[in-house]
Amino acid sequence: MAINLDDPKKFGALRDQAHQVAMNMLRPISRKYDQAEHEYPKELDMLAAMIDGLSESGASEGAGAAGVRREESGDDKSVKNGSNLASVMSIAEMCWGDVGLLLSMPRQGLGNSAIASVANDEQLKRFEGTWAAMAITEPGVGSDSANISTTAVKDGDEYVINGEKIYVTSGERADSVVVWATLDKSLGRAAIKSFVVQKGTPGMKVERLEHKLGIRASDTAVITFTDCRVPAENLLGSPEVDVKQGFAGAMATFDNTRPLVASMAVGCARASLDLTRDLLEQAGVVVDYDRPAINQSAAAAKFLQMEADLEGARLLMLQAAWMADNRQPNSLEASMAKAKAGRVGSDITLSCVELAGSLGYSENELLEKWSRDSKILDIFEGTQQIQQLIVARRILGLSSAELK
Amino acid sequence: MSLINSLKPGGRNGVPRSESSDPIGYLVAGLNRLAQSDILDRVKLRKPAEQAVFTVTRNGFKTMTAASRTFAKAGSKDKAGARPADAPRPGVFDLTPSEDEQMLVDVVGEYAAEVLVPAAAEANETCLAPEAVLKASLEIGIPILGIPEALGGISEERSAMAGTLVAEALAKGDMGLAVAVLAPGSVATALGLWGTEAQQQTYLPAFSDSDVPAAALALNEPSVLFDVLSPSTTATKTAGGYVLNGVKSAVVRGAEAELFVVGATLEGKPVLFLVESSTQGLAIEGDPGMGVRAASLSTLTLTDVTVGSDAVLGATDGTTYAECVRLSRLAWCALAVGTGQAVLDYVTPYVKTREAFGEPIAHRQSVAFMVANIAIELQAMRLLTYKAASRAAAGKDFSREVALARKLCAEKGMQIGLDGVQLLGGHGFVKEHPVERWYRDLRAVGIMEGTVLV
Repeated sequence: MAINLDDPKKFGALRDQAHQVAMNMLRPISRKYDQAEHEYPKELDMLAAMIDGLSESGASEGAGAAGVRREESGDDKSVKNGSNLASVMSIAEMCWGDVGLLLSMPRQGLGNSAIASVANDEQLKRFEGTWAAMAITEPGVGSDSANISTTAVKDGDEYVINGEKIYVTSGERADSVVVWATLDKSLGRAAIKSFVVQKGTPGMKVERLEHKLGIRASDTAVITFTDCRVPAENLLGSPEVDVKQGFAGAMATFDNTRPLVASMAVGCARASLDLTRDLLEQAGVVVDYDRPAINQSAAAAKFLQMEADLEGARLLMLQAAWMADNRQPNSLEASMAKAKAGRVGSDITLSCVELAGSLGYSENELLEKWSRDSKILDIFEGTQQIQQLIVARRILGLSSAELK
Repeated sequence: MSLINSLKPGGRNGVPRSESSDPIGYLVAGLNRLAQSDILDRVKLRKPAEQAVFTVTRNGFKTMTAASRTFAKAGSKDKAGARPADAPRPGVFDLTPSEDEQMLVDVVGEYAAEVLVPAAAEANETCLAPEAVLKASLEIGIPILGIPEALGGISEERSAMAGTLVAEALAKGDMGLAVAVLAPGSVATALGLWGTEAQQQTYLPAFSDSDVPAAALALNEPSVLFDVLSPSTTATKTAGGYVLNGVKSAVVRGAEAELFVVGATLEGKPVLFLVESSTQGLAIEGDPGMGVRAASLSTLTLTDVTVGSDAVLGATDGTTYAECVRLSRLAWCALAVGTGQAVLDYVTPYVKTREAFGEPIAHRQSVAFMVANIAIELQAMRLLTYKAASRAAAGKDFSREVALARKLCAEKGMQIGLDGVQLLGGHGFVKEHPVERWYRDLRAVGIMEGTVLV
């Protein structure tokens, strides 16, 4: 054991490979699908096939969201660098390419993370290869996801789902949707369960697709469920309403997905920073790491601050993933990573536009696009404020009743 | 000089040079002169002033540095010294300290909590690190942490990571005392890293002895927009050695120091020089600052100081100096993390017990979110610092990593100091609580160059 925060050596090849894919597959179509919102990026099918091929060959450990399940095997004390680290590293690289396209990757949806996190072995097998979107948010319920009003009522061997879900990423393109619904609203958060609803199930309808500020390559759907019947065995995890265990099961998904969203912010911000460094160098501004920032130009000093913030966010992201790999509870660290990455993602991408002036503001460059794409990363999977709330409660040891 | 001239306000007392007084201003300035003169006292017009407690002020002491020991020359000056080995990393991302490091952190943490914390407030007032505190630091081996085993130290390999963890643990107790305690070891570590066989054998035995000399790494200079890589202190080559001229600031325990490592420009490159305190031409003046006061910060003036050709420490092409600057910044980052942790540990119970409007203020998001942000940024500071440290220990290039760590630690460290006081409100502003001291200490992080290193 020794402290080492360099990227794990064993994932170097994976990271470089993801970087090549991002550069040569995603970047060339990045602007195209930013402009052609709601058009399906057909190029991604080829990419998905390639990734499937890689995972079958075992060469892409955790190349996507499907890899976030905590490995139970092995009780030796050795330090693990596993699929969580691999996932955040490769997703950051892919988002260096394009966040919207990464979110549109077939079979890599957030619903897949939910399945990987809470499904039992039989379900894991049954849903293998599905492309699952995630449906939590409702028109009246955002961050307080314990308060959802979509209902699931047991009827024989089926559950009957009723309600409306919004902001469903890949809601139209995915094969299935993981829907959060309550078995009994009076029992509070303990009664919230997630259900896999296959596309084409009668009663499930994609109402419309949203027009958005950024990540326009990714479709964001409004889906209604009207007496939508799903098999009882599609309820993920245990059907029991355990008031003591409460919300923990459903929320555990977030411990796995928040570092992934942090990695998206890290990748997007690094795209901005890498290009800005190049543009500044062309303009004669070279950042010197040894000279004090106050002795350099204002642009160089700002650059140093942004790079420091980004490195901080990236290390918090790696820490959260490393803890998951080593089976340590990480909800505090996952929220820290997402809070830091979310806010510096916005600061960096917006500041890079400012440094590049009207060149940065123009659609001729991608800087303006990244500054629009980054905003959602400080919102979905828990806003900045929700992350701060979680961190504050943990640090201060306060309950949600004490610190509202 | 006319009376009017001496009453001109600009250029002194923090007044910009462009300021001018109007007639009323001159009248006020004249009255102030009268109030300051002892005429009032001689005619017994002033109420007896309270007896002031002795503190080291700017003009409090000025001494030629006194030598209390001669370092007996030994070893070959043409042979490179013994070097600590790189501490290789297996390529696994890991946040777990080694067993040795953990043991060290536990011991130092205990020392910080039981020795530094109780001594901190008074040391801040007196600008002195108590003898007992310094003695106890020898017992736990702090000065020899960075010295290779072959030379009487305890380090089997590069100690940058262990040194970082130790500096953090010490600063969690008190930054000023941490700096005082770390200063001799910093010079010893520098000798271990860059000294010739002669330099190591001449000076290092004293550091592993029971009577460790005070020593200081003097890189800072008192100038605006100071760029550590271009010191205005000069070294001029002579037939038998070098002549040094210039002023160095933030010199730890300058009056007691027996050995200085001084940064100076030699033929356009920054270079480190070993200067014994007995050398002619040195003068020390107490120069306490807003914080880190327990370290007895001083100004060292070098006037035609002659040193031998064997006084150069390391390379003369600027590479050793740059490495030294980076390792020193790393130490300051570690100090920032330690003090930042002290702030977090202090405000956490405070906001949970302090009540306003009928409930603990921690129940308010505006308060709770400040605490959350302290925790988030502190952890980011720590990870950046550890990354740089572990690369340094492994012998890898860490210039980028330490630059980023310093940027974040300077900026967010200060924010943590600021928020620490703010969270306590008026209570934070008074000396009953340590947060105001941490606020002053954390301002040092982005400013200090040299002084300590790991």
